Amino acid sequence: MVFMAATSFAVARLRNLFGVVMLTGIFSLMSAVLYVVLDAVDVAFTEAAVGAGIATVLMLGTLALTTSEERVSEAGKPVWALALVVATGLVLIYGTFDMPPFGDPYAPIHHHVAPRYLEKSGQEIGLPNVVTSVLASYRGYDTLGEVFVIFTAACGVLLIIGRPKRGRRRTLRMKVGEMRHGMRQNVILRVVSKLLIPFILVFALYVQWHGDFGPGGGFQAGIIFASGFILYALIFDVDTSRMVVPSGVTRLVLALGVMLYTGVGVAGLLRGGNFLNYSVLAEEQTAGQHLGILLIEFGVGLTVAAAMITIFYTFARQEH
Amino acid sequence: MEFLGLLNYWIIIVLMMTGFYIVIAHNNLVKKIVGLNIFQASVFVFYITMAKVKGGTAPILAEGIEVYSNPLPHVLILTAIVVGVATTALGLALVIRIRDAYGTIEDDEIEARENEL
Repeated sequence: MVFMAATSFAVARLRNLFGVVMLTGIFSLMSAVLYVVLDAVDVAFTEAAVGAGIATVLMLGTLALTTSEERVSEAGKPVWALALVVATGLVLIYGTFDMPPFGDPYAPIHHHVAPRYLEKSGQEIGLPNVVTSVLASYRGYDTLGEVFVIFTAACGVLLIIGRPKRGRRRTLRMKVGEMRHGMRQNVILRVVSKLLIPFILVFALYVQWHGDFGPGGGFQAGIIFASGFILYALIFDVDTSRMVVPSGVTRLVLALGVMLYTGVGVAGLLRGGNFLNYSVLAEEQTAGQHLGILLIEFGVGLTVAAAMITIFYTFARQEH
Repeated sequence: MEFLGLLNYWIIIVLMMTGFYIVIAHNNLVKKIVGLNIFQASVFVFYITMAKVKGGTAPILAEGIEVYSNPLPHVLILTAIVVGVATTALGLALVIRIRDAYGTIEDDEIEARENEL
């Protein structure tokens, strides 16, 4: 954690935005390690896939389109900001004296619904990974909402920069063309990525279907799957990768994932249960839960992967 | 012991305030988004810290394990991270669009351009 704080200070000081983006990648890798130490393996998984992979690529894409150097502002200006920040920090530290100490099992957070999830989910849902049970079944509404947020964000990106201007397109095409030429020439990059990509995709599928038992699930799998594609597009060509998966298909899948999730909820309604109640989907309660969770995790995975690929395509088309 | 028990929270506050400082003191829009991300990460770490139970393990049910960490914050943060990257992408898209319209991504230059019009 001290390392994380040090990195964040470096981010604040550094003017070169390229360096800043690299440091944020390191920052999120360190936070992933921290999550493992704090027993949150599912979260660590997500953070490592998102922070070191997709977020960095998107940031770099933005830098390529804008500028990679921050203009130095006149000195002495941010004193008021520093004062405000220190004051807020001190107030917050004063607030921590009322917090329960770290790792205290008697802290209020561990005494409401959490024990019930831990004790009952084994019988009610029948899955060893409690995080998946809570995510997909007990809190299915929340997760549906999150999936819609991702869907909306991808739509927003499409609306805002979906149609690039002509003039900029041409100037940037030349610049990126040179860079991409360099990448394609690099034999090591090409061979290694060709070797790695199938494994990345297979691993994503493993994470998708094994999420009920170990750490993993739709969110992580979607991100990993998308990063496999993005790696391919970066090293070969965005156009080549678009031949493999056309952007129309990703947009369709984007909506399909959300519909699959909602559809499972409606199926529960039709079979006489509540919305997103999976117990009625099959003869036995746990079998229904298994089926429901598997399907909605698949929906989540579809939407997340499609959203990330769509966003990446949109950013990439800007420079193309 | 009391002192060490709160150390995690203090570092989280330092992280949060660093993010906050970047957001309010820097003019560059990409830098502001990075600041927001650091702020966001500090909140994530805060939740996960609260979920930890001393002597507990990851919340995957197994034979012979009695104490698990709290799964609920894990669920919240897991989805929040993915939503976070989607919204970051939206923010970056806005930055690109602003750069299109104003030719700069520095806050004060945009304001100056605005006043000219």
